[in-house]
Amino acid sequence: MKRFIGFVKKEFYHIFRDKRSLFILFGMPIAQIMLFGFAITNEINNVEIAIFDKSKDATTQEIINKITASKYFSTNQLIENENEIESVFKKGFVKAVLIFEKDFSKKLVKENKATIQIITDATDPNTANTVTNFINSIVQKYQQEVNKDIAIAYQIIPQTRMVYNPELKSVFMFVPGVMTIILMLVSAMMTSISITREKELGTMEILLVSPLKPFQVIIGKVFPYIFLSIINAIIIIVLSIFIFNMPVQGSLFLLGLESVLFIINALSLGILISTISKTQQTAMMISLMGLMLPVILLSGFIFPVSSMPVALQVISNIIPAKWFIIILKAIMLKGVGILFIWKETLILLGMTLFFMVLSIKKYKIRLE
Amino acid sequence: MKIILFIIQKEFKQIFRNKGMLPIIFILPILQLVILSNAATFEVKNIKFSYIDNDKTSFSRELIDKFNASPYFNVLTDFNTEKEASSAMLSGEVDVVLEIPQYFEKTLLKDKRASLSVNINAIDGAAAGVENVYINQVVQSFNKNARAELMQTQIIENATMGSQVKSIESIPSFWYNETLNYKTFMVPGILVLLVTMITLFLSGMNIVREKEIGTLEQINVTPIKKHQFIIGKLFPFWIIGFGLLTIGLILAKVIFNVPMLGSMLVIYLYTGVFIMVILGMGFFISNFTDTQQQAMFIAWFFIVIFILMSGLFTPIESMPQWAQYLTEFNPIKYFVEVMRMVLLKGATLTDILPQFLKTLLYAIVMNGLALWSYRKRN
Repeated sequence: MKRFIGFVKKEFYHIFRDKRSLFILFGMPIAQIMLFGFAITNEINNVEIAIFDKSKDATTQEIINKITASKYFSTNQLIENENEIESVFKKGFVKAVLIFEKDFSKKLVKENKATIQIITDATDPNTANTVTNFINSIVQKYQQEVNKDIAIAYQIIPQTRMVYNPELKSVFMFVPGVMTIILMLVSAMMTSISITREKELGTMEILLVSPLKPFQVIIGKVFPYIFLSIINAIIIIVLSIFIFNMPVQGSLFLLGLESVLFIINALSLGILISTISKTQQTAMMISLMGLMLPVILLSGFIFPVSSMPVALQVISNIIPAKWFIIILKAIMLKGVGILFIWKETLILLGMTLFFMVLSIKKYKIRLE
Repeated sequence: MKIILFIIQKEFKQIFRNKGMLPIIFILPILQLVILSNAATFEVKNIKFSYIDNDKTSFSRELIDKFNASPYFNVLTDFNTEKEASSAMLSGEVDVVLEIPQYFEKTLLKDKRASLSVNINAIDGAAAGVENVYINQVVQSFNKNARAELMQTQIIENATMGSQVKSIESIPSFWYNETLNYKTFMVPGILVLLVTMITLFLSGMNIVREKEIGTLEQINVTPIKKHQFIIGKLFPFWIIGFGLLTIGLILAKVIFNVPMLGSMLVIYLYTGVFIMVILGMGFFISNFTDTQQQAMFIAWFFIVIFILMSGLFTPIESMPQWAQYLTEFNPIKYFVEVMRMVLLKGATLTDILPQFLKTLLYAIVMNGLALWSYRKRN
């Protein structure tokens, strides 16, 4: 035991001696969560649209005013002919063009019907779709105003309640995601590097001939990183509560425990990576190239898992981050206890054990 | 020139000798491109829908059938009480609960209006908004049919009413991507990310590795000149970047059928300049760090920021103004824009000139800094 403590001490010395890495280790997650918490949102705001008003009358002006008044759109381009549409789209700033037909008001009065054409740049399907929906609803509202004297009989009115997030803040979606990504990548990367580093520098040999048992070496290596990652997690949680007003409806203690579980999971994944790679370069490329995009894309951080093709939904189950994001949202936003998330917790636990057993099996006590 | 060729030869040998790295450089990115591009969709489908039917009439069942028929909803189950429903929502089994009140049909007949209550799990705010739109659409269309039927059976006081309603019709048309196919949008973007990641990580680690192992000193005492060394070091990664881009574009065409309207020459010309930016950046990082670990942390820090603020996954216009200014310094943003504009819209060199010039300026500054910060002495 004394030997083990000595070894852990050595590891701490290593880490604290490298001031630059330490600074990076703590500074980066803070910078990232601040940046992303404020900047990343999949809401649609300030979309630039252009207007081609063939009619130029009071009604079209009124509709245009309604649209520009909303925070979703800003219009500062008027188009005078059809050919211009193509060229504004090619420049890439304008996302939608609104075309009012000729004699808009007149038609609306005489024939009770007028049309607006909404052309969107659908290279970004999400924005195109949302923009169309928003413009539609503004136009619908205007139409209701025009028709307000005529009561419509037999109306069914859905009264919608947005549960857990009444203001539809996208921070609620992204803060747990960013937290997960930072913890996962930092933890996995750190351990995988620290172990392969000893291999590459040749000091692993010295450790292997020492009386320390292999698993003691590994635990000793990982231990300081558990400590550092927990500090990281605390910083992130504190930031998200105080700066982004993330609620913690559930128990803070449970949140802490789950975070520790996830950190250990990521660290054991890091160990596994280090056992299969010979150089730091390989270890880093696996933990960065191999983990970054799958974690961002398959965890439900940005894209909803339920909309993915079935095959990918199945694959997403092996991403630990997916389960941790579910747990985080459940504890922080829904305020549930362990009864509702035991399944996810067990899965994380199982994965952690699996990574550990596999790394012990793969761990070579002999050098080639 | 000869010296540069020798360095390049040495670098290529080192890259291809490391058998552990080859699959990571070439196979991993391609695999990710092919698999992960399918995941990136904001489309909302398979909404986990459930209901509480307190009315239990054929009328209320008709409404549920409407949801069943809609392609967006997965009608999973029904609950007897609100409590059951909210506990299912807590555990994440369902995302939408529609509650039909008691005497729903009767109220509609008597009061000429009736309400439904809908609960949506709104943690993903954007998706919740879309779900709400879909629910409204289904209810509206059900409402319309029901109204028509009721109007037929009962004589309405205001028979001409329908003709007085003024309607403004809006006709949407989606240019460049009529079917709103996400893959044509995502594949070029993800390809950009992969090319950037590979080239940045490799170049960032490269020189610092020599430093760490101690071989940099050996090179420093040779008559190799600064610029020769840098060009020789970075050229192989430039080639690797191009190789990856080419394979990626071929797959994008063959597997995902991404339209390629613009000229490939423009894409390659731009990519050439873009990779210079990334390599300069990697080299710069390499010069300022002592270990591969530090280099990787810094490269990782920037790449995560570049990826998430590139406008690929979330729109840049929605960011606060200060963040939008920051994205001006994000090379990936320009690359993603250029790829989309050229491939999907057929933009020409003149159209992408602003992006091209900014990237070129960036490349000059980055490589200048890298050259300036590289010292042959410790």
